This record gives sequence, structure tokens and C-alpha cells, in this order.
Amino acid sequence: MSAPAGIPRPSPARARKRRRMYAVLAGLTMIAIAVALVLTAFEDSIVFFYSPTDVVEKGVAPERRVRIGGLVKENSISKADDGLTTTFIVTDLSNTLRVSYTGILPDMFREGQGVVAEGKLSRSGVFLAAEVLAKHDETYMPREVADALKKSGQWRDPEKGHAK
Amino acid sequence: MQRFANPTRFMRMANAVLPWCAALTVVLIAAGLYLGLVRSPADYQQGETVRIMYVHVPSAWMALFIYASIAMASATALIWKHPLADLIARASAPVGAGFTLICLITGSLWGKPMWGTWWVWDARLTSVLILFFLYLGYIALNNAFDDPTRGARAAAVLALVGAVNLPIIKFSVDWWNTLHQPASLTRLDAPAIHSSMLWPLLAMAVGFTLFYVTVLIFRLRSEIVAAKIRNLRLVQIGG
Repeated sequence: MSAPAGIPRPSPARARKRRRMYAVLAGLTMIAIAVALVLTAFEDSIVFFYSPTDVVEKGVAPERRVRIGGLVKENSISKADDGLTTTFIVTDLSNTLRVSYTGILPDMFREGQGVVAEGKLSRSGVFLAAEVLAKHDETYMPREVADALKKSGQWRDPEKGHAK
Repeated sequence: MQRFANPTRFMRMANAVLPWCAALTVVLIAAGLYLGLVRSPADYQQGETVRIMYVHVPSAWMALFIYASIAMASATALIWKHPLADLIARASAPVGAGFTLICLITGSLWGKPMWGTWWVWDARLTSVLILFFLYLGYIALNNAFDDPTRGARAAAVLALVGAVNLPIIKFSVDWWNTLHQPASLTRLDAPAIHSSMLWPLLAMAVGFTLFYVTVLIFRLRSEIVAAKIRNLRLVQIGG
């Protein structure tokens, strides 16, 4: 058991602890790598919605049920004569997609705000939404502050501020 | 009895800070609830519904923080065989599961009026649900063995494996398109939350943390007593 003089040897208990520590670290690294590989491989299924750019680039097939999302373009909301069908343009600031939806929209649905729509791309290129969800951004402030910012011209438009 | 020398010293310290922790918990949560539910302004977009945030966000932080504590305690228990580490991990789990459940429920209550849905399978919501199941699995595995040390070891391995989920929860909103909004506080530029709403949120967060510490001390106390009783029984049987 005695170590030769001059070469300090860790005690057996100490060596066991160190071995266990390496085992735990190695195990965690392996699991992290495995999970990272799985998540990268399934990225297309993990994303909750496609942006209009994804729709263009990935060529989402018509008549396939998908979710698309982005910001509702300013001055793009129009109501049809039946009073229930709304059409609007979803933009990710580089591409746009026209969406048509028949039904009641969530309270938070408004121009310049985020939106996620589930439905199908029609052959004419209009997205026919079966369900529309409002997407909230991460900004929280009282109404007076928002008004004051708008008045003083310091308002950061969500459409220009943090594009997603 | 030398095995308990350390826990005894630890408990003496814990018992000294316990009354302060408990008192501060009550004060901070009361102040946070008053500021958040009564005094803070309504949001410019969300209106009064924003007040759910004062419970939802601190619960979510606690869910992650407590799981991280369990993972670290588990690593300490596996590597250095520290007798207290297993007990700390074991005593923390139900508190963390509770906060995760509160986070899921309040999030759902907020989602219906704001998003228009109770639940979606986006990356953030799904990974937090997985966290909740990890907590339940941890508790079940810990109690699944007749020999408590074997249960503790199996559960510690599960806790470490599940820790991979923590960065996924945190960064899910940045890595993938999600319905859930990104972080308001931990971002490179200034927090995207007005100070009149930030203070109640922070008061609640510190209050929840102290609540966890208080409950942890209570639970550790009973865990240590239970371990002592078990050892005395073993001595009785053995000799």
C-alpha cells in the first residue's frame, strides 16, 4: 500500500471518488450528445410553426395540415361580407403569406402582433386556417407607459424591433 | 453514530435560520401578492390577465431551480457519498413537482384568454411537462426499493439523466419556433418588463425560494429522524 517516496499516490478512497466523478461526467456528456443529435435530427417536427420563409424554401405541399406563424402585417386585415371570414397577411419581414380564416379570432389578434395559424395551403397559395392562435411577445408594460412611448416617438414597433 | 455527526451539525445550523426564512417567506409572498394583484398596473396588451404572470413565472423558475438542486445533490451523493446529499435531493422533489404543477396550471389559465388555447404541444410546454413527469418518476423510483440506499442511488441516476432537459426548457424558446414567448428578463439588452411589474415579480421569486428553503428544512428534519429510526431498528435486529 505504501507509495514510493517522492511520487504522491492518491489514497484508494480518493481514487474511487475521482473515478466515480469521471464516470458521472462521461455519462452526462454522452447523454447530452445523444439528446443533441436527436433534437437536431427532429428539428422540423419540434418547431411549432413554419415562417412564411420556411413555406417558400421548404416547399410545404398544398393540402397538408401545417402551422404557420409570423406577424400580422399592418393594414392587411380585411373582413369579408359574411362578417365572419377574415383575411390578413402574415409576414416574417422577408416573405409574406396571405391567410384566410372563418371564425372568431382571439382577443390578442391585432395588426403588428404575432400569430400562429393551423390549416392548409390552398393550391392558389392562400393559407386556409382552421384555427388561429395569438402569439404574445415578451414585452410587459403598463398602458400609460406604452402610450407615453408612442407619443414621444420612442416606441419600438414589434414589427421592426424583435423580428422572429 | 458517527454517520450522523455531520447532519446533526447541519440541522443545528438549519434550525437557527428556519424562523428567519419562514418569516421572510410570509412577508415577501404577501408583499409580492399585494403588489402584483392590487398595486401593479394592467398590461397594455394583456390587460388584467398579466397578473397570472406573478405566480406563473416564479413557479417556473423554482421548477428549474429545484430540479437543478436535486441534480447537483444527486451528483454529490453518487461521487462523494455525502449522507446529507441524498436526503436533500429526496426532500426537494415533492416541492419541485408542486411548483411545476402550479406553473403548468397557471400557464394554461393564461393561455386560454391570451393565445386562444389551453394547451399546445410546442417545445416549451412539452419540455416542462416532461420535467413534471421526471419529478414524478424520481419520487416513484426513490420509494420503489426496500433498501432506501438502493432507491436513492437509482433515483440519483435518473435525476442526472433528466438534467439534460433543463437547458432544453430554458432555450427551447430561442432554438425553435414556439407559441410561448421568449424570456423577458434574461436577455442581452434591458429586460422587456417595466419596473412597476418587475418588482412584484422579483419579490414573489425570492419569496418562493425562501418558501422552498423553509419546507426543505422541515422535510430534512423528518428525513433525518426517519433515517435514525431505521438505523436503530437495524441495530436492534442485528444485536
